Amino acid sequence: MKTMKKIALVSLMGVPLAAGAAVLKADPAKSSVSATFKQMNVPIESKFKKYTVAIDYDAAKPDASKATVEVETASLDMGDPEYNKEVAKKEWFNSAQFPKATFVSSAIKSAGPGKLTVTGKLTIKGKATDITFPLTVKTEGGKQVFDGALPIKRLAYNIGEGEWKDTGMVADDVTIKFHVVAGQ
Amino acid sequence: MQRYTKTAMVLHWLIALMIVSAFFLGLTMVDIPGFTPTKLKYFSWHKWLGVTVLALAAVRLLWRQANRPPAPLVSIPPWQHKVADGVHYLLYFLMFAAPISGYLYGSAAGVPVVYLKLIPLPAIIGPDPELKAILKTVHYVLVMTMAGVVVCHALAALKHHFIDRDITLKRMLP
Repeated sequence: MKTMKKIALVSLMGVPLAAGAAVLKADPAKSSVSATFKQMNVPIESKFKKYTVAIDYDAAKPDASKATVEVETASLDMGDPEYNKEVAKKEWFNSAQFPKATFVSSAIKSAGPGKLTVTGKLTIKGKATDITFPLTVKTEGGKQVFDGALPIKRLAYNIGEGEWKDTGMVADDVTIKFHVVAGQ
Repeated sequence: MQRYTKTAMVLHWLIALMIVSAFFLGLTMVDIPGFTPTKLKYFSWHKWLGVTVLALAAVRLLWRQANRPPAPLVSIPPWQHKVADGVHYLLYFLMFAAPISGYLYGSAAGVPVVYLKLIPLPAIIGPDPELKAILKTVHYVLVMTMAGVVVCHALAALKHHFIDRDITLKRMLP
């Protein structure tokens, strides 16, 4: 985790100098990061209340973009205070030991107008994997709006241990969705 | 002896069984602390039971319109008929109101129903914490009222059968 944080920090601080692109800050009131999981086939979308997103994006040079996302795992709002406490426990996010889930991009490539392909390292519960997912970007009211959905397998990150490993109850497939409205 | 139709009997006993199951399942599931697979499973089963009761109640109401129940027994005083009628109206009302309130509660909680894990049913209202709290109370009050009315209904049937020794209950038995 410490190295992850360092990488995040370095990428955050180093990029504006190197690429000359603009670091955009997410507007938390308009942005959202959520996880949708299926419980007995019932899709349930829960939002993370606390997260930070730093995107380094220049529409003229999309390939020079960088993105860092840090999500406080204990901030997942399941709509019930009792459930919210459960999700921070050891079987799920183990937030005491792994308070943050992070994504740090390694490459962002233009994939047509308003489309980007993002590659990077996703770390949840101490497990890091390389992932690639599509991202759309548009300009709205002087701000950049990024939308993306990223399917993950929860068991690859040990999310839901013990009796929760049963994918008949909670499916292995989880979709992380984000809608980020960012400006300078 | 004029009995209820076979269809009416099947609907009556099937719905009765499901209401009792959903009631005790509901009481059990909300007492499970925290967040366990069993709890989630029970919630789903409870919702499936509720949706089934609602659908069968609709069928039953339509059937009752087309196939009137047996005429009241002449041995029973008219005031008792009025009370029995009132209880039956209340039971029909609750057969709809209890599942509907639970359904809306689930919608407001952001947990829609996927019937039998197969058919996603529409969420009538979006997630709404305030409405969720209100609907929780509404569902609880309706369900507890229903429990009370069902007990009165069953005790009255038993009283007719064992004390009055009339055919009231037999008309609903095959």
